[in-house]
Amino acid sequence: MAGAAGPAAGSGAAGGDGDDSLYPIAVLIDELRNEDVQLRLNSIKKLSTIALALGVERTRTELLPFLTDTIYDEDEVLLALAEQLGNFTGLVGGPDFAHCLLPPLESLATVEETVVRDKAVESLRQISQEHTPVALEAHFVPLVKRLASGDWFTSRTSACGLFSVCYPRASIAVKGEIKQYFRSLCSDDTPMVRRAAASKLGEFAKVLELDSVKSEIVPLFTNLASDEQDSVRLLAVEACVSIAQLLSQEDIEALVMPTLRQAAEDKSWRVRYMVADKFSELQKAVGPKITLNDLIPAFQNLLKDCEAEVRAAAAHKVKELCENLPIEGRETIIMNQILPYIKELVSDTNQHVKSALASVIMGLATILGKENTIEHLLPLFLAQLKDECPEVRLNIISNLDCVNEVIGIRQLSQSLLPAIVELAEDAKWRVRLAIIEYMPLLAGQLGVEFFDEKLNSLCMAWLVDHVYAIREAATSNLMKLVQKFGTEWAQNTIVPKVLVMANDPNYLHRMTTLFCINALSEACGQEITTKQMLPIVLKMAGDQVANVRFNVAKSLQKIGPILDTDALQVEVKPVLQKLGQDEDMDVKYFAQEAISAVAQRLRKLDFPVKDSEEPSAPGADKTHLPRPRGPGEDTGKAQRGRVAGVASKEAVATARFRGPGAAKVSPEQTLPLLSGPVLSKDPTYCPKGEQT
Amino acid sequence: MDSVSDLKSKEIKRATLNELVEYVSTNRGVIVESAYSDIVKMISANIFRTLPPSDNPDFDPEEDEPTLEASWPHIQLVYEFFLRFLESPDFQPSIAKRYIDQKFVQQLLELFDSEDPRERDFLKTVLHRIYGKFLGLRAFIRKQINNIFLRFIYETEHFNGVAELLEILGSIINGFALPLKAEHKQFLMKVLIPMHTAKGLALFHAQLAYCVVQFLEKDTTLTEPVIRGLLKFWPKTCSQKEVMFLGEIEEILDVIEPTQFKKIEEPLFKQISKCVSSSHFQVAERALYFWNNEYILSLIEENIDKILPIMFGSLYKISKEHWNPTIVALVYNVLKTLMEMNGKLFDDLTSSYKAERQREKKKELEREELWKKLEELKLKKALEKQNSAYNMHSILSNTNDELKKKPATSVG
Repeated sequence: MAGAAGPAAGSGAAGGDGDDSLYPIAVLIDELRNEDVQLRLNSIKKLSTIALALGVERTRTELLPFLTDTIYDEDEVLLALAEQLGNFTGLVGGPDFAHCLLPPLESLATVEETVVRDKAVESLRQISQEHTPVALEAHFVPLVKRLASGDWFTSRTSACGLFSVCYPRASIAVKGEIKQYFRSLCSDDTPMVRRAAASKLGEFAKVLELDSVKSEIVPLFTNLASDEQDSVRLLAVEACVSIAQLLSQEDIEALVMPTLRQAAEDKSWRVRYMVADKFSELQKAVGPKITLNDLIPAFQNLLKDCEAEVRAAAAHKVKELCENLPIEGRETIIMNQILPYIKELVSDTNQHVKSALASVIMGLATILGKENTIEHLLPLFLAQLKDECPEVRLNIISNLDCVNEVIGIRQLSQSLLPAIVELAEDAKWRVRLAIIEYMPLLAGQLGVEFFDEKLNSLCMAWLVDHVYAIREAATSNLMKLVQKFGTEWAQNTIVPKVLVMANDPNYLHRMTTLFCINALSEACGQEITTKQMLPIVLKMAGDQVANVRFNVAKSLQKIGPILDTDALQVEVKPVLQKLGQDEDMDVKYFAQEAISAVAQRLRKLDFPVKDSEEPSAPGADKTHLPRPRGPGEDTGKAQRGRVAGVASKEAVATARFRGPGAAKVSPEQTLPLLSGPVLSKDPTYCPKGEQT
Repeated sequence: MDSVSDLKSKEIKRATLNELVEYVSTNRGVIVESAYSDIVKMISANIFRTLPPSDNPDFDPEEDEPTLEASWPHIQLVYEFFLRFLESPDFQPSIAKRYIDQKFVQQLLELFDSEDPRERDFLKTVLHRIYGKFLGLRAFIRKQINNIFLRFIYETEHFNGVAELLEILGSIINGFALPLKAEHKQFLMKVLIPMHTAKGLALFHAQLAYCVVQFLEKDTTLTEPVIRGLLKFWPKTCSQKEVMFLGEIEEILDVIEPTQFKKIEEPLFKQISKCVSSSHFQVAERALYFWNNEYILSLIEENIDKILPIMFGSLYKISKEHWNPTIVALVYNVLKTLMEMNGKLFDDLTSSYKAERQREKKKELEREELWKKLEELKLKKALEKQNSAYNMHSILSNTNDELKKKPATSVG
C-alpha cells in the first residue's frame, strides 16, 4: 500500500495532471498525516468521496488496508471513521465484499474510548446484515470470537453486542459455539464485560430457540442477577422483561420469578429503583396472574421503600400499574391494595416523591369512577393542592382534565383558586409560565363567570410581567381565551385593557399591546380589529422608540388580511408609506415588507393599482433605501429576495441586527436578555419530570 | 437517616465501642484467635452498606458541600477500632486472612465512593494497612482498583474516592520491584493516562501526577509513551486542565533523562508552542514558566537546534500580539534566552519568518484546491456509474478498468 501510494503522495499537492486515479489516495494520506486534528477529521469525514473517486477495487485493496494500518489517532477521528465505515458496503463493491470492512472496524472495536467502540459495534451490526450466510460464518463469526477472547476488556465488551446479529443466520454447529462464547462473557472476570453481557442478555434471548432460552439463558440471567456488583444486577432486571416475554406462565413462575422477587428486595437501592422504573414493562411481561400474586406486594414495598429515589420511581408508575390491571376486580384491588399506600405518599417527606405522585394521581379518577373519586381521591387532590412545593401543585393542576371528565371541576374550584393565585405569583418565572399554559384549559372547565371573577385579573397582570417569556405566553393565552369565550367577551373584558397599555410609559408594555393585537385580531374578527385596534396601532406609528415603530409595521402587515380594502387603502397605506421614509433602517425595512404584503392583498382583491402609486411593485422597489446588510451578502441577492416578496431568514436576521454601539434594541433579541437576571436567580428550578 | 430515635440504645452502643477501642489499644495479648471471626463480623455489619443516593443529584465535588454520613458518630468508632485492631502488635494476618478475604476487600473498596471525606480518610488508612499486611490480597486489590478506575473513566464519570485510591497507589508503585511487570505498565498506560480525560481532574490531579512520576522514576523507558499519551489527551477547551497538564509535564521533565528527552522533544514542544500562544494568559504563563526551570533550560540548550525552530513562530507572533502585558514581558525574556543559546539560528529564523507564513497560506489554498478537484472526480465517477447502469451492465461486474475505457464524451 505504502509503495503504491508513495509516488502519488510525494506529488500530492501538485498531482492531478497525470493519473487522476492516484490522486485521491494521495490527498487522503497527506491530510491524514496533517498535524491539525481538524484537517484529519475533515478528510475522514469525506472518506466516501475518496472511496467513490477511487472505485470499489482500489478502495478494497488500497484504502482499507491503509486505514487499518493507521488506526492510531485522536478518538474524535476514530469516531468519524467508525461511523463512515458502517455505510461503506456499496463503496467496496456491495454485499459480496462487505467483509473487507471488518478489519478496520475490528481494531476500532477494541479502543478504549467508549463512544468509538460503541460506534464501531453499531457499524459492525449494520454490516453483518449485509453479509451472505456463508460470508457471515467465514468472516464475521471469527471476528466475534476473536473479540470475545481478546486480552483487554474493551474487545470483550464490544463482542457482547455482536452475538444477537450473527446467531440467527449461523449454522447449528456455529450456533453452539456462539452460545458458548456468550456464556463465558457472562461470567467474565471484569465487571465491565459482565455489565455489557447483562445489557445484551435480553436481546440475545430473543433470537434464541425457546429451549435454549430455558436451558441456557435463564441460568445466565440468574447468575447475573445475583452478581456481587449492583451495577450488574440492575441490568439483569432489564433482561428480565425480555426473557419473561418469551416464556409461558409456568416457566415464568418457575424460572424468572424467584430472581425478580429477589431483585425487588435487593439490598442495593439501585436495583430496587430499576425494578420500580421498569415496573410497567415487567407487569406486562409476566401477565395478570403473577402480577396479582407477586408484583402487587412487591409494588407496595417499593412505595414505602426507605430510599426516596425508589419511592419516587414507583409513584410514577401508579397510574400505569392500575390501568394495566385486568378490568375485572380492578377497582377492589386498587381500593384495597394500592390506595392505602398512595395516601401515605401524599404526605411523604420528599418533594420528588410527592411531585411524582401528583403527576399521575389524577389519572386514577377515570379508573375508579365518580363515587370513589369523590370519597377517596378528592381529599388527596385537595391536600396536594395545598402542598408547600409548587411543583406538586402544578402537577395536580396540569392534569385537571382527567378529573373534570369524572366529577366536574366545581368540586375542586374552591381549593383550586388559592392554589392557582399562588402559582401565578410565584417568584420563579418558570412556575408562572407553567400555570399560564394551563389557563385556557382551566377557563374552559371553570366557565366564563368564574373566570371573570377570579382569574381575569391574573391574566392581565401577566401582560406586564418583567420576564419576556411570561408576557409572550400571556399574549397567546389571551388568544386562546378569546377562542373559547367568543368575541363579545373579548370586546368587553380584554380589548379595552389591552388598548390602554398603548399609552404606558414603558415601551415594552406598549409593544405588548402590539403583540396582543397580532394575536387577537384574527380571533376578534374584522369589526373589532378595524374599529378598536387599528386606530391604536396607527397612532403608535408616531412612537418615539424605533422598536415600537417597526413593530407597528409588523402588526399592520399581520392584521392586513383581516381589514377591508378601504381601511387598507385609506388608513394603513399612508402610515406605512410614512414609516417607509423613517430615519431608522429597521423601521424602513419592516415598513417595506408590510407595504409589499398589503399591496399584494390589494392586487388580489382586484383593486386597480397603478404602477406610479404602488411603491412596492418590483420596478419601484429600487427607489427605496437599502436595508442594513451583513458582511458577505451581496446587494443583488438581497434585491432578488425582496423582489420575490420573500425575505430570506438571513435578511430578516440582518435587519434585526444592531451593532453593539447602537442605542436601540431589537425586541426578539433583547427582551429575553433583559429578563436574564430573573432567569439566573433560578438556576435550581427543575422542570417537572426531570428530577431523579 | 433517623438520628433522633433510640437515643438511649445509641448511647450504649457508642460507650461499648469506645470501651473496645480503649481495650485493644491499651492491653496486650487480648486479640485471641477466637475473637477474629466476631471482630470482622462486627466491623462488616456496621460499615458495609449500600451507599445512599446523593441528596444532590448534580453533586459537584468542587463546588458543593458533601453530604455527611448520618451514622458517623458510631461508624467512626468502628473504623477507629478496626484500625487499632489491624495495627495492634498482636494482630496476626495469617489468622485474619480467613475473614478478611476478597469479598471483604471488595466491599471495602466500594465504600470509597462515600461522599463523606472523613470516612474516605479512614478507609484510605485501613486499605493501606490491609495491602501491607495481606500479601495474598495485593494483586486482587490492584485489580479491583483498576476496575473502579475504568468504570469511573468510561462509564459513570463519578466516584468520590479517586484521590484516596490514587494516594494509596502512589505508595504501592513506590514499592514495585524492577523490572516492572507488564501488568503494572498496562495499568499506567491504559488506566492512569486515560484518567487525565476525566471531568473532575482537578480533584485528584496532584495524586495522579505523583503516581505517573513514580512510574517514570522506576523505569525511564516509559517516558516516551507517557508523554505521547498526555499529548493525545491534551485538553482542547478547558484551560484549567491545560494548566494542570503543563504542571505535570514540568514534573516529568524534572526527572527526565536527556536521552528520553530527545525522543519526545518534537511533539512535546509543538504542544508547548501552542500553549505559550494561548489567549488564556494562565496557560501561556504556565508554559512560559518552564524557562525558569534550570534543568529544563539545560535540556533546551542542548537541543536548541531542534527546539528553537518549533518555538520561534509562536513566540515571535505573541511578542507582538498577545493582549496581556505580563505574557509579552515573559516572551521577551524567553526570546532573549533562546537568542543567547544560538544567535545565528535565531537570526535566520527571524529573517525567514515572513516567507514561512506565506508558504503556509499557500499550502492552505492548495489544500482547498485539492478537495475541490476530488469532489469533481467523485461527480465524474458517479456519472460514469449512472451511464453504465443505462447500458444494462451489472454494477457489480463492472470493474474500474471498464469504466475508464468509456470515452469521456459519454459522460456528459
